[in-house]
Formats: sequence, C-alpha cells, structure tokens
Amino acid sequence: MTRRSIHGKASTGLPSPVEAWIDRYKHDGGLRRFVVYFAFALILVTFSIILHDDGFLSSSNLLNIGRQAAPIAVMAVGMAFALAAREIDLSVGSVVALSSLVAAEMVGNYGFLIGVLVALAASVLVGLVNGLITVKVRIPSFLVTLGMLGIISGIARNWNDLQSLPIRNDRFSGLFGAGGLGPVSSLLIWIIVVGGLGHFALHHLRWGRHVLSTGADRDAANAVGINTARVKISALVASATAAGFAGVLLAGRLSIGRHDLGEDYLLTVIAAVVIGGTNLFGGRASVIGAVTGALIMAMLNNGLILMGLEVADQRIARGVIIILAVALSMREAKES
Amino acid sequence: MRMTPALAASGISKSFRAVQALNDVSIELHHGRVTALLGDNGAGKSTLVKCLAGIYQPDAGSIFVQGTEHRINSSRHARELGIETVHQALSVIDPLDVAENLFLNREQTRGGRLGARIGLLDKRRMREECAATLSGLDIRIPSLRRSVGSLSGGQRQAVAIGRAVAWGQKIVLLDEPAAALGVEQTQRVLDLIANMRDQGVAVLLITHNMDRVLAVCDQAVVLYQGRKCAEVDVPDVTKDDLVSFITGARGTG
Repeated sequence: MTRRSIHGKASTGLPSPVEAWIDRYKHDGGLRRFVVYFAFALILVTFSIILHDDGFLSSSNLLNIGRQAAPIAVMAVGMAFALAAREIDLSVGSVVALSSLVAAEMVGNYGFLIGVLVALAASVLVGLVNGLITVKVRIPSFLVTLGMLGIISGIARNWNDLQSLPIRNDRFSGLFGAGGLGPVSSLLIWIIVVGGLGHFALHHLRWGRHVLSTGADRDAANAVGINTARVKISALVASATAAGFAGVLLAGRLSIGRHDLGEDYLLTVIAAVVIGGTNLFGGRASVIGAVTGALIMAMLNNGLILMGLEVADQRIARGVIIILAVALSMREAKES
Repeated sequence: MRMTPALAASGISKSFRAVQALNDVSIELHHGRVTALLGDNGAGKSTLVKCLAGIYQPDAGSIFVQGTEHRINSSRHARELGIETVHQALSVIDPLDVAENLFLNREQTRGGRLGARIGLLDKRRMREECAATLSGLDIRIPSLRRSVGSLSGGQRQAVAIGRAVAWGQKIVLLDEPAAALGVEQTQRVLDLIANMRDQGVAVLLITHNMDRVLAVCDQAVVLYQGRKCAEVDVPDVTKDDLVSFITGARGTG
C-alpha cells in the first residue's frame, strides 16, 4: 500500500537546534515572547536619558534597584508556578511578614540556619493549607488565599504587638541582604539562584511540565494520569515558599522582622509575572520573564521616585501599568 | 480457528438513573483489525467506549483483555492493560512540544535514580524516541520542539494517535478522530489508522461517516437505542445497509 505522511513538507529526522529554534520563533509566538526584554531595555534607556542628572545610572542607584527587586523577583518566581497551574496566591504578602517574624524569633535563639529553615517550613505549611482547601473543598484559590491573607496578617500583627523584632546576627544579615561577594550584593546572587532554580524546574523537571499541563488543560492532564490535585497543591506550596524566602531576604536586609513587611507587594508581584509573559489564566509561564518583570517594576518604582512623584501618584501609576499588562495578557490568550 | 480477541466485552449493561444507555451489548476487537462502532446520537456508542476505557463501570457484563477478565476501574488501569483512548476532545497539551506531549506522564529521566526521583527530564532521548515512533507511523511533524498548539488540527490529532501507539498499546479506541478535520487531514488520519492496523493494533473507531467505515474498517458493530442491532463484516455490506441498521430499519440480530 502507499503510505502518506501526515504533513507534506517536512524534514526527515531531527533538525539542528538552530533550525528548531528558528522554526519555533516563526511559528510559536515569535517576537511576542521577547516583549518583556524589549520593554526592559526601553525603560532602562528612557530613564537613563531623562533621569541622567538625578543619578539613575549611578552604580549605587542600580544596585539599589537590584536590592529593591530581590524580594519581588523571588515572589514572582513562585507566583509564576501558581498562575501556570491556573491558580493564584493572594496571601503571599502576609507570608513575607510571617516568615520575617519567625526568622527574627528563631535566629536569635537557635542561629541563622535553624531560623531560616523554620521560617521556610512555616511558609510551606501556609501553602499546603492553601492548596489542600483549594483542591479538596473546591473553593477557588483566590478566595482561599484571600482568607489566608487576612488570617496570616492578623497573626503577624498580634505577634509582637505591631512592634518590629530586631535581628542581631551578622551571618544572617550578611547572607540574606547586607553582605555580598565582593561588590556584588548577596541579594542579586539570590535573584540569580532562585530564578535559575525556577527556570530549571519549569523546563527540565517533570514537575514543571505537569504544572504547565495542569494549568493548560486539566482534563487532558487527568486523562494521561497526572494527579492534577497534587500538582495544584504543589504549585501553591511553591508560591508560599518563595514568599517565605522573600521574607527572609527582607529580614536580612533590614535586620528586623515586622508585621507589615511585604504588605503592599501583591499587585507588584502579579504585575511582574504577567508582564513577564505568564498567562494569568494558566498554561503559559516564564520564570526568566517574571524576574525581568520584577526588575522592570523596581526600575519603574525607582524612576518614579527620582521624578519626584508622591507615594500616592506612584500607586496610581502602578495600578495603570498592571491593568495594561493584564489587558495585553488577555488579548494574547484570545489570539492564540 | 480464530486468535484470542484483544478485547472482548460481553453482556455490558449500563444505566444512568432511569435511562438504560447500554443493554446487554457484546463486542470483540481483534489484533490487526479495525472495528467500526456505529449508531445514531444517543445510541450508546460513547458510553460503551467509556466502559471499555475505565471511565464508567458497567452495571453488568464482563470485559476480557487478551483473554483474561478484568474489572477496569480507572483510565489509568485501562492504560496499564494496554488500552488507549483518543477522545473527541483532543487530549494534547498546547504549550508543550511534540515530544513532551508524546511522553506526558511517562517521561524519560536521566541522572540515575536521583534523576528519576526528582524527575530530571532526558529531553534529547525523548526527542529521539519520539522521532523514531512518529516516522514508524509515517507521521511527519515540522519540528518536535514546536508547541503542539502551533500545529494544525490534523497534526495535533496525529500526535494524540501517535501517543497511543508509542506506548506499545495494542488496543486503541478512537472517538470521532476526524470530527474537526478537513478532507486532506481526514484522509491522513485514515491512513494512520491503516498503519496501526498493519502493526497489529486492535482499533475501535467511532464515526458517523459511512465512507470512512467502508474505507478503513474490517467489521462494524451497530448500536440502536442501547442494544446491538447488527454485527457485520464490512466487505459484505453496502453503505445503504449500514444506514438502515443505524436508523433501526433492520438488524441482523
């Protein structure tokens, strides 16, 4: 019998990586995948020109942007997984505060390692509760985590009567904020480490592929036997753990634990992730994009301050940017 | 003497509350043969496939796989027994590439036992095996690294079918695999079904299209209001015969 191929024009065997890359570029999103990096470059150049006299490009200011971006970037990596699994975690800000308080409480008594581990364990626990309620009781995660936001921030406020807890541990502060390797701040190193881990997990671990599959088409993922309930729980645990680590970084930089750390980060984090090319409604995620988005948000924040905008105006500007980013994200989702 | 059927179901009944969807239906699928499952809307075709695929549990009757009786209690169990279903709604994941889809939840890992534990993907090996499997079925995809969402409907369907065959599945249930496809792509899916048959796969094909039945099927089972009303060898019948079975105008038994 004559055999016909499913697709007429085709190369035989495996194409070279370069050919494959070009093919993907042409047919698989193309330029759109790189929008966030162009935006980053554009904003960097624009601010460099108009804020030249305000010292935007000075090394101390750039370092400052990096430091500001670190907790946002770390949280954005975790949030990218939650969104990829078609869930959302609104409790991340409160987890930052909880983690900073736990770390402050433990580091003084048991040393920095135990302090960090217990702070992360507490965050994992919050993520686990978020995930279990979302999956088992079938309440949308935005409601579960909104409730959790209230509970955890309440606990954080009661913790030490709204007072901050000082952390006096040079190794802790050095590792998670104040110190660094030569001129490179440890915070920048943590951005690279967490971003690299997240990217690796998304693309090279079975778990990352399953998170993406679950968010893209839960029925299809179930049909091939993926335990999508467990995948969703694990994605919410990842998001809470990342927020907990962001809390450790803030506690390290400021040498305190306090109930309001991370309080107003939520919108910034979601904006960073969505600008970075992660779909707000699951099935598409980019960790490197999320980190770049966090750098953009920190750069905007810094630029708006240097321009002399009031705090209130900064909030307005940020809100506008978020709505624009989400609108773009939804338009893309409809197109594809 | 005939070989043991790849899949044999006998006396399958299934009701949903007051509605009897299947009533004492028996069917046999053989290696290297394509069986058409025909019937009007609501005749019970999809219910029967779901019973065979482990999605529904029949109220009565027994299912034999390669001659051994099994109670298939989940779609995972069905897959372990070598039964793969390609549903009408495609079960491919758009953002994953072709090789990742083919190996979804059966990923190859590298890095020994630790790698297997953390699920470290061996992407190169998966792509190579994927290329070998697809070319064995004469399925050509422009690039295995391209996301499935960027492929045409026919190519996506081919990936879904390729996945069923890639796993050495000897029994493949296809629920209207060409429903959303154009003429050219439909022809290619039919060729693919013929390729599977030549490789000894037992295929069950649900379709409304009589031309497809005559083109590719060896035997046909017709359901009418939840009962089997005809079981025929396709070369012995005409299109008109099949249509009259489906509408209930006549039956063989």
